[in-house]
Amino acid sequence: MIDVAAYLVFFLCLALIYGLVCLGLNLQWGFAGLFNVGVVGFFIVGAYTVAILASPAAADRVGGFGLPIPLALLAAMAAAGLVAFVVGIPTLRLREDYLAIATFGIAVTIQLVALNWETLTGGTHGRVSIPRPLASVFVDRVNANLFFLAVTLAVVGTADWALERMVRSPWGRVLRAIREDETAAGALGKNAFAYRLQAFVIGSALMGLGGGLYASFIGYVGADDALPTLTFQIWVMLIVGGSGNNKGALIGAVSVWGLWSFSGWFMAAVLPSAFAVRAGALQVILIGLVLATVLLLRPKGLVGEEAVVSRGARVE
Amino acid sequence: MTLAIWLQSILDGLVIGATVSLGAIGITLTYAILRFANFAHGEFITWGGYFALAVLGAVAGSQDLKALLGGPFEPFSFGWPLIVATLASILAASALALILDAIYFRRLRRAKIAIASVIGAFGAALVLRNLVVLGYGADPEYFSREIQIAIRFGPGLRITPDQIALVFVTALLVVSLHLFLTRTQMGRAMRGVRENPDLASVSGIDVAAVIRATWVIGASLAAVAGVLIGLTIQLRPSIGFDLLLPLFAAAVLGGIGSIYGAVLGGLVIGVSESLAVMLIGPEYRAAISFGVLFLILLVRPQGILGARA
Repeated sequence: MIDVAAYLVFFLCLALIYGLVCLGLNLQWGFAGLFNVGVVGFFIVGAYTVAILASPAAADRVGGFGLPIPLALLAAMAAAGLVAFVVGIPTLRLREDYLAIATFGIAVTIQLVALNWETLTGGTHGRVSIPRPLASVFVDRVNANLFFLAVTLAVVGTADWALERMVRSPWGRVLRAIREDETAAGALGKNAFAYRLQAFVIGSALMGLGGGLYASFIGYVGADDALPTLTFQIWVMLIVGGSGNNKGALIGAVSVWGLWSFSGWFMAAVLPSAFAVRAGALQVILIGLVLATVLLLRPKGLVGEEAVVSRGARVE
Repeated sequence: MTLAIWLQSILDGLVIGATVSLGAIGITLTYAILRFANFAHGEFITWGGYFALAVLGAVAGSQDLKALLGGPFEPFSFGWPLIVATLASILAASALALILDAIYFRRLRRAKIAIASVIGAFGAALVLRNLVVLGYGADPEYFSREIQIAIRFGPGLRITPDQIALVFVTALLVVSLHLFLTRTQMGRAMRGVRENPDLASVSGIDVAAVIRATWVIGASLAAVAGVLIGLTIQLRPSIGFDLLLPLFAAAVLGGIGSIYGAVLGGLVIGVSESLAVMLIGPEYRAAISFGVLFLILLVRPQGILGARA
C-alpha cells in the first residue's frame, strides 16, 4: 500500500510536469492556433539550462554553477522563450504549416546538439547530479517526492491561474479573434504577428519550465530525453483532454501519462525482456491509435473548448 | 584539400540529393493538392524499402523463383529480383496510401481543421514507423552484403554502378512525371486542382480521383526512394522519419507545389549536407536542412521556383 502511494506521488509529479508543458502548448495551439511540432526542443532547452546552472561544478563540463533551483527555473523559461523568439520571427508571418515544419526542424537540431555538444550537454551520458529544491531538508525519498509534488502543484497551479487570467483578458480575446479570423482582427488594428509571437514565446517558456522541473525531479537529463516521441505524447495529451481548455490540458496529461505508464508496466510484466524494443514500439502504436480514435470520433477531446468570456460577462 | 575531394563530396551530395528529390516531390504534391504538411510521407519511404526487402527475402527463399529471375546484372549488385521487388513495393506503398486516406485522412480533411490532418499525420508517422520496428526490429537491414567496387573517372572521382543506376532511375521518374502532368488528362486535372480546387470541381474535374492520383504518385516515388536507399546505403526503421526534415526543406526551398523546385531543392539539400560533413563533420548533418529551411523562410518564403502567394 505504501509502495502504491509512493508510486502515485512519483507518477503525479511527472504527470503534472507534462501537464505544465501541455498548458504551454494549449496557449499556443488552443488559444492562438499556433502549430508547434517541436515541443520537445523547448522542453529540453529548459532541462539543460537547469542542469547547467543548478548542478555542482564537474570536470570537462560547461557550467555547474550551483545556482538555487528557483533562479535556474526562471533562466530555463527565459532560454526556451528566447529560442521561440528566434524561430518565431521568420515563421509566424507565414501559413500555419510553415511553423509546424520549422518547429520540427528546431527540435531535430536541438536533439543533435544534445547528442553531440558533449562539454555542454554530456552527450549520450547526459548531465547528472541536478539537485532538487531544498534537497538538504528533504533527504528521505518518500518525503522528498512528496515535497517535490507540492512544489510542482504550486507551479502548475500558478501557471493555470495566470493563464486563466490571461485568456480572459483583452489580450486573450484578441488572440482568439486572430485565431478565428485574422483579416477581421487586422481590420480592427490588431497586429496579428505581435500577438502570435507573444503567445508562442510564453507557451514555449512554460515548456522550458516543465523541462527544468523534469531535470530537477529526475536529477538527470540526457540526449534520450530529446526524442520526438515526447512532442507526440504532449500533443496526444492536449487533443485527448480538449484543446482550448486548461482543465482539459491537465486532465489529458494525467490520463494519457497514466495510460502510457500502465501500458509500459503491463508490457514489461507480460513480455520477456528480449522484446523490450518491440514493447516500446507497441506503446507508441497504442498511443497513436488513441490519438487517431479521438481525432476521428471526438475531435473536441474529453472536455472540449470552454466558452471563455471576460470577467463580469455572462454566458447564456 | 584538393579539388578532387571537393568534387567527390559534391558528387556524393547529388546522389543523396536524388533520393531526397523523389521524396520531396511527394511532399510538395500533397501540400499543393491536399493542402497539408504530410508528416507521414517519410514512412512511405521506409515501408517502400521494407516491402522490397520482404519480396527479396521471399525470392531468395525459393529455388524456383531464384532460377527464374537469375543473378545480378554485372556490374550492378541487383538483377530481376530487385526490379520485381521494386514494382511490388510501388503497388504495396500505393495501396497503403490509399487505405490510409480512405480510413483516416479523408475523414480528418472533412473535419475542416487543416491542422487535424497535420497532427494526425504526425501520429500516423510514429505508428507506421513502430509497426516496422515491431516486424523487423531496430537493427539495420541490407539488400546485399557485398561491397561494390567503385568506378574511377575524371580527376580521381569514384562512383559505384548502383549509384549511377540510382541517378538514372531518378531522372527517368522525374521526366516521366513531367510528361504525365503536362500531357495527360489526369495530369492537367491535378494542376487544375492545385491552382484552384473549387474552380476545378465546378469545371467537372473528378477531385476524388485527383486526390487518389496524388497519393499514388507520392507513395510510389517514395517507395522507389526507399528501395534506392536500401540498395545504396542500408534500411533502418527510422530512415523515413530522419529524412522528413530534408524532404520538407527541399520542398520549401524549391517552392511548394513545384515539381522541379522539389528536385532542385533535393539536390541542393544533398550537396549542402555533403559539403557540411566536409567542413564541420558528420555530427550536425541533419541540422543543415534546418539551416537551409530557416534561411529560405527568412529571405524568400515562397521558395526559389514558387510563385508569391
